[in-house]
This record gives sequence, C-alpha cells and structure tokens, in this order.
Amino acid sequence: MFGYYLDLAVRSFRRNRVLTALMVLALGLGIGASITTLTVLKLLSGDPLPHKSARVFAPEIDPLPADSTTKPADLWRGWGNIMSYTDAMNLLRAHRAERQAAMALTPVKVRPQQAGEHPFFSNGVMTTAAFFAMFDVPFEYGGGWSEQDGEDRARVAVIAAELNDKLFGGKNSVGQTVRVNDHDYRIVGVAGKWAPQPRFYAVSLGGRGYGDGDAVFLPLQSGSADKMNPQNVNCWQVADITSLETAPCAWVSLWVELESAADAGAYKTFLSNYVAQQISLGRFHHPEVALPDLADYLAQQQVVPSDARLQANLAFGFLLICVVNTVGLLLAKCLRRSREIGVRRALGATRSAIFAQFMIESAMVGVAGGVLGLVFAELGLWAVRHQPAQYASLAHLDLAMFALTFVVALIASLVAGLLPAWRACVVAPAPQLKAV
Amino acid sequence: MQIQPILAALRKHRLATILIALEIALACAVLCNATSMIAGRIAAMRMVSGVDESALGNIAVTGFDPAQANDLNARMLTGLRAIPGVQDANVVSSVPFGPQWGVAGISLDQAGKRSGGVIEFYEGGPGTPQALGLRLVAGHMPGADDYQPLQGYMPPNPRVLITRTLAEHLWPGENPLGKEFWGMNITFRVIGVVEHLMVSQYTETGVRGADWSVFVPAAPGGMLSGNYVVRADPQNIDRVMTEAKAAVRTIAPDVVLDHDTSRTVGELRHAFFKTDRAMAGILLGVIAALLLVTALGIVGLASFWVAQRRKQIGIRRALGATRADILRYFQIENFLIVTFGIVLGIVLAVGINLSLMKLFEVPRLPYWYLPIGALVLWLLGQLAVLAPALRAAAVPPVVATRSV
Repeated sequence: MFGYYLDLAVRSFRRNRVLTALMVLALGLGIGASITTLTVLKLLSGDPLPHKSARVFAPEIDPLPADSTTKPADLWRGWGNIMSYTDAMNLLRAHRAERQAAMALTPVKVRPQQAGEHPFFSNGVMTTAAFFAMFDVPFEYGGGWSEQDGEDRARVAVIAAELNDKLFGGKNSVGQTVRVNDHDYRIVGVAGKWAPQPRFYAVSLGGRGYGDGDAVFLPLQSGSADKMNPQNVNCWQVADITSLETAPCAWVSLWVELESAADAGAYKTFLSNYVAQQISLGRFHHPEVALPDLADYLAQQQVVPSDARLQANLAFGFLLICVVNTVGLLLAKCLRRSREIGVRRALGATRSAIFAQFMIESAMVGVAGGVLGLVFAELGLWAVRHQPAQYASLAHLDLAMFALTFVVALIASLVAGLLPAWRACVVAPAPQLKAV
Repeated sequence: MQIQPILAALRKHRLATILIALEIALACAVLCNATSMIAGRIAAMRMVSGVDESALGNIAVTGFDPAQANDLNARMLTGLRAIPGVQDANVVSSVPFGPQWGVAGISLDQAGKRSGGVIEFYEGGPGTPQALGLRLVAGHMPGADDYQPLQGYMPPNPRVLITRTLAEHLWPGENPLGKEFWGMNITFRVIGVVEHLMVSQYTETGVRGADWSVFVPAAPGGMLSGNYVVRADPQNIDRVMTEAKAAVRTIAPDVVLDHDTSRTVGELRHAFFKTDRAMAGILLGVIAALLLVTALGIVGLASFWVAQRRKQIGIRRALGATRADILRYFQIENFLIVTFGIVLGIVLAVGINLSLMKLFEVPRLPYWYLPIGALVLWLLGQLAVLAPALRAAAVPPVVATRSV
C-alpha cells in the first residue's frame, strides 16, 4: 500500500505544483533557521572535557570583608572560581584531590630568536604541573614540568604546536629556549592541538569563552616571580598590586579532579573546614563555599551568549509559523479533493487507509522540506561563519545535526498533516459522489 | 457591503479561518518583538561618545619596561606630533570603544557608606580634554597645575571633570561643582561638567550607565603610559594613523604595537558594535522570511477558497453583483480574518515580551509598536489576497448555469 500512496502523493503534487512548492519552501525555511541556530547552540553548550566533566570541579570561596553585602552566589556568578594566590596555593598543596591545578591567563611578549623579526604577543597560561594531565592536553614532543619545577620557580615552558611551527618550523624544540617577556624559558614540551570549547578554564580569568587555544604555558610561580600580569585581578581591599602573591586580590583559579563524582561531598567538607580555619585566623568572614562540577560551573557563568539563545527561540517561533502555514495549505489541498476521497471510500477504502494516505503525503512534503532545510541550514551556517563572533569558525553541520534535520522535518510535517488527514478521513462519501 | 454574510460564510470554514488567524497572530507577536529588538540595537549603535570620533585615533603599545615609561612617553609624543597633519597627540589611559582601563566603585562619603555606583576613570596628560573634544557645560577645564604625577593609579587629590549624566546620578538637582566623592582611598573634587563621555566598553547587562565617566588630569608616566590619542583633520586621519603605526617601529623598536586597539575611534566604534549589527541583520532576515511565509499562506488559502466558491461567485454575478462587489467581498473577508489574528497577536506579543524580559536583556515593548505591527499585517493581508480576489472577480456569471 505504501508504494501506492507514494504514487498518489506524487500525482497530487503534480496537480498543485505551486501550492506544493509553497509548502516545501515555507517548511524548508523554518527548518533551515532552526537547524542553523540549534547547531550554533549545541556548539556553544558543548562539553569541553567529555570523558571527565562530571569529575572536574571548581572550588568557590567568599573572601569579601565582613561588612560586604554581596551574596556569595552573586559573587561567584561574577568571579567564578578565582581566589587569592595564598588560598589557591594552600588548597593546591593540601593535595586533597586526585589532581589539582591553579592557573591565570597572561598576555606574553614572545621575541623570535632570528634577527630582524619583531616581537609579538601571544596568549599565555600560568599554571601548575597537573594542568596537562587533568585537562587531557596532548603532547607532540616532551611533556609538562614537575611540581618541584614550579616550587623552584624554574623558567620552563610548554609551547603550543602553532607557536612551535612559527618559532622552530615545527621541529622538536624540547631543550631550546623561548624568550618570554624578556626572560629565557627552557622548552620542556610541545603541546598538540588543544582548544576545548567552551574555553571553560578561561571564563573567570578574563579570557575569551570560545576560539583558539593558548600558545605558551609556564609555571604559575615562575611567571609570578617574573611579574607577568594576570588578565583579571579583583581586589576586595585597597591593595598593592605590585606584589600580587600576598595581595588581597583574587586572580588565580583553582580546578580539582576527583576520583569519582561521589567524592565531591568529602572535598566540599575539606573546603568548608579550610574556610572555617581561615575565619578563625581572621582572614575570612563568610563560611559559604560551593563546588560546582564543570557543567554546573558553565551554567553558573552563563557562558552561552544570550544572543545565541535568543536566536534559537526566534528560529523555533518561525518554524511554528511555518508549520501552521503548512497545516492551512494541506487542509486546503485535501478539502479540494473531497470527491476523490469520496470515490475511494465508496470503492472500499477504510478511514484508516485514507488517513495513512494523507499522512504519507505530508511526510513527503516533510522530506522535501528537510532537503531544502538542509540547503538553507548550510547557507545559514555559512553566514554564521562570517559573523563577528568568537565561535564563528567552529560552526559546521555534523552528522547528528544532519540526522536531526530530517527528524525535525518529519515531525513538523506529520504534526502539520494530522489535522488535514483527520478531516479527510471523516469525509462522508455519499454527498461527494452525488455532486459529481 | 454587509459584513453579516461574510461572517456566516466564515463560520462554515471555521478551521481554515482559525489557522490563518493563528498564523497572523504568531507573525504579529514575532514581528513586534523582533522590531523592538532591532530598534534597541540601533539605539545602542547611535550612542553619543562625547569625543570628536572622526578626528581621533588611538595608538596602543605594550611590552615595555615600566622603568622606561617616562622616556617612552616623551619619545612617542615627540614622534607622533612630528607626523604631518597631526594637530595634537597626548598620553591618555583609553578612549571610548578602546580598551577598558580603570573601573572602580565610588562613594559619596569618605567612610564609603553611601555608594555612588561603579564608574569609569579616564586619565590623560595636559591638553587631553581639548584634544578629545570634550564639551564643557559648567565649571572649567583643568589648569596646568592640575596635571599631577601619579601615585599608583591616580594622582593625589585629583580635580576632575565629570559627565552631566553622572553628576545628575550622584547629586540629583544640585550643583556638582566643588562636590567631592571617594574611591580607592582617594578624594576626587569636581571642577567641571562635560556634556558626554561614554564608558569605553559599555554593556547593557552591566550596572554602569553608558555615560558614567570621569576625566582625571594627570602627568604622564608610571601607569599612565603606552596609550596615546592622536588628533588630526578628519580628512587626514586615516593617512595619519597609517603613518603613526609605521612611525612606532622607529620611535620605539622594542615595544609591541597593539593592532586591535591602534585604530581610529571611528573604526573602534564600528568594531565595538559589530555583533549588534549582525544581530540586527539576522532579526531583519527573520522578519522578511516571516512576512513572506505568512503572505504565501494567505495566497494559498485564498486561492483555494476562490476555486471552491467558483459556482457561488457565478451565481452572485448572475444575480447582479458587480466585479467590484466580488473583489470587495474577498478583501473584507481577509480584513476580518487578519483582524482576529491581530487581536490575538497583540496579546501574544505582550506575553512573549514579558517572558523575554525575564530570560534575556530585552527592553519592554513600546506600546506604539502594536498598532504599527497591526497596520503592516493588514497591508500584507490585503496585498496577498489581491491576486486571488481579482481571479474571483474575473469569474463570469455564466459559470452559474453550468453543471448544476
């Protein structure tokens, strides 16, 4: 029967070419807009550490003075997991998690060794030894530095493959030096391509939320000793920002990886105890702590731009209008065929057969709309790639979204077809035959 | 023409009528909200910065030793002022749409109990307010002895210029001249009020007003170094900026020129609003697609109705109705359906706006958008129905006699 209904549908399309084209066009536009915005939204709200995001946590504390009226939740929404160097180092050295790393972003001036080349700025990360293992940074050559290197404030660095290409022509540069902010740093490793999206670790440090990875990684203690300026410094008291290690300023973020998500309770207790201890020392005044996992942290920091969410809402509003439009046109088409339905019913077709016939016709409109929607979505994503956004270059249609296009198209067209098909199958055959 | 028979006919096609009305309602809701959002973006793009944008360029360099700051400033100013066409060059902390330099909370009393909000501090060397083109509305510009050396970020006891908006926010209805405010353990005294000076990186989500800025006169050096404003005739500014950027290499070969912020203020403004422009473009595209789809829906359904009623039209024509009568019948019918849709759409538009206001930073929908949205949809409906209605009017009366 399926083949026969397909044949009937094609015949009916041929009879009303303009009406059919209108339906397919409207549905295609709606689907194209929805898939474009959904692809962008999916890209923006992706999981940057898919294998361990549930085990990676961002400890948050409230160091504000006693008379502060800022609620801890509001503070963390603005600051995220940044804290003073003192607190980050205390928590780091306690080694209460499987892995822990403290970090800050800093713009670094890199001077190429060749004569005549001009110095340029790159994105630098000052961090501690466990950063690479915790965030699954791949290495092309060499590896990270040891915890002892950090404590010794050794001038060692890991550079990204892109910078290695630029400075050393892509050769193994381990053991060479790179001149960072007019200091010589010995290269211990060359990191492979690593650019998690969103750049979760950069969000609270004043960095971009999306886009390329960083170029230079060096020990936090060494960078701090060489007076590298962190990108984001928030002080809660009048501070001497020339000695940031002891200043009452939050500029280091801390991340911890636990053995399992179930250990979060134990770590949170440890964090509370630390804060209670600092309160008794008179350093802190607010006992609240938080330990969101990566997904909760990204939600708290509102990483996904509200423009993207607004666009997705708009696109679905538009799809809804297109579906209503398709319902109207399908209805017009099927009421026009009341006589044909009457004849088929008189010849023995059951109501369910008529219903199936019209649903298959709608599904065909849906498939055609899906194909057209795919074209519009590719066009839309091409437009997104030319938009001035950090994530622009990442907007591509993947296999899942490709499949989703047809799912959305079929659902939209079948929902649109329900009402007309029902109207068609309740047509009483006798009056229609009489009128012929 | 009587409306009664049209309503009676519509009652027979309740489902199709409701569908078209629903489509119009949704279109009306999205149209009103999207237009309001476009208007919001355009308003943001038109914000007044308070400086002579077309005559100004920003030059930013980094990567120099802080101990060399004074020497660098002197060399840069001499070098920049030597470029033909440059009217003035000054050390300045930043310019509107440039990098954000100093933002801090202030209070209206020394103890810090009465908060004055979070404001932006611009700092500049002698002659900067004149070079920027700030327009004084009260008080006087800083004198030569107001440009004191910095201690950290600020000179001690600075005498500052404040914007009119900020003055009104801090001391509503009072004369701001001579008033004091406190921040970072420093007492600021107001000596002049300027018309506008926009904050460098304005965001609607922030707590800062767009014009909450203060200009602090200071002697260049220390933290106030590495960023320069160049003034030239608007016709020369592009050439001057190209030459200035090239000159930096010879003036100070060791520093790194920040290309992103070393642009004319006009270019910085253009770059600052590019996401707003893109969003306005997308919204415009959605509106166009929406109106197109709605019009297509009306054309489709109206054509169907005309085809279905050919015989009735023929009978009416045979009974004496003119072509104009038939044409008007379909036009009035469309007007009625669109009106139902608009009534529903206005409710929907306000509802969507209220929920958008909760979820996103969207302003309240101005009520005069609703009648304009309604007018647009009425026009759209009439245009869309015209072709099918003309086809209906062309039905000859002889159809009535056939195949009865």
